[in-house]
Amino acid sequence: MEYILQPWPWYVSGPLLAIIMFTLVYFGKTFGMSSNLRTLCAIAGAGKKSDFFDFDWKSQKWNLVVVLGAVIGGVIAHFLLSNPVDIDLNPVTVESLTELGFENAGKSLLPAELFNWEAAFSPKGLSILIIGGLLIGFGTRYAGGCTSGHAITGLSSLQLPSLIAVVGFFLGGLIMIHLLFPIIFN
Amino acid sequence: MKFLKFLIVGIIFGIILVKSEAVSWYRIYEMFRFESFHMYGIIGSAIATGVILLLVSKKLRLKNIEGDLMSVPDKEKGFTRYILGGTLFGLGWALSGACPGPMYILVGTGVFTMLIPILAAIFGTYLYGVVKDKLPH
Repeated sequence: MEYILQPWPWYVSGPLLAIIMFTLVYFGKTFGMSSNLRTLCAIAGAGKKSDFFDFDWKSQKWNLVVVLGAVIGGVIAHFLLSNPVDIDLNPVTVESLTELGFENAGKSLLPAELFNWEAAFSPKGLSILIIGGLLIGFGTRYAGGCTSGHAITGLSSLQLPSLIAVVGFFLGGLIMIHLLFPIIFN
Repeated sequence: MKFLKFLIVGIIFGIILVKSEAVSWYRIYEMFRFESFHMYGIIGSAIATGVILLLVSKKLRLKNIEGDLMSVPDKEKGFTRYILGGTLFGLGWALSGACPGPMYILVGTGVFTMLIPILAAIFGTYLYGVVKDKLPH
């Protein structure tokens, strides 16, 4: 039980994620966590504005249930299955974060500097959260998938389009962290 | 009741991502700075395991729950949409420290401000739907 309460190592988590993917394929579905964004738009009536959302969203109910499960999993893991422990970040990482204005890196899952209520509703903080979300919502649909659909499912099924998408993911991430963060968080 | 199995898969998925710290903004930052193997280990071992599982299921012609051969649908061929869409998503992933799965999971861990990027993401998807015919694919 002790092992479960500690952070899980990569060589346990990775294979378990593959099993999740495989289980969904066994259920006749796929492992994808961004298509729900399109489903939610369809539910909200976006089908009238664009044929991209004009589909039978009820066929995607199973996927919304997976998302609901993920939220519950977050509750269970965070409140029931964890001893509070700092994230074992590289000290160099912590140092660079301090320089950008992020204190206490690793002492929580996310930086309070971006995600506490005060920050989230400050002009700059709100812009960051909104722009981040817009990029994710627009980018995942344009690319037809996110890390679950392309990096895990797509690469596991040896599909070239997913490799291109993952190259794109990394390009974007590297540009943001290395070129844009020093400007945004100066 | 047929949805119960999907709920359970989702719950286990949420637990895995929290316990592996893959939902942490700090871990994503660290990953893009190449200052730890952790995230690469997770993604790499997931892919390695996935490749083996899918190849074995293909060789053994395993059937899925509906009686058809287990399979993953082919992604549409293309280049531009994947590299451009991927880059835009990557920018957002690094900025928010979360991709869609983790965004929902984090709400479960009590980070309610994550609802802001989620709502923005839904709107971002809507924007894509509206302009997609003008975009190169």
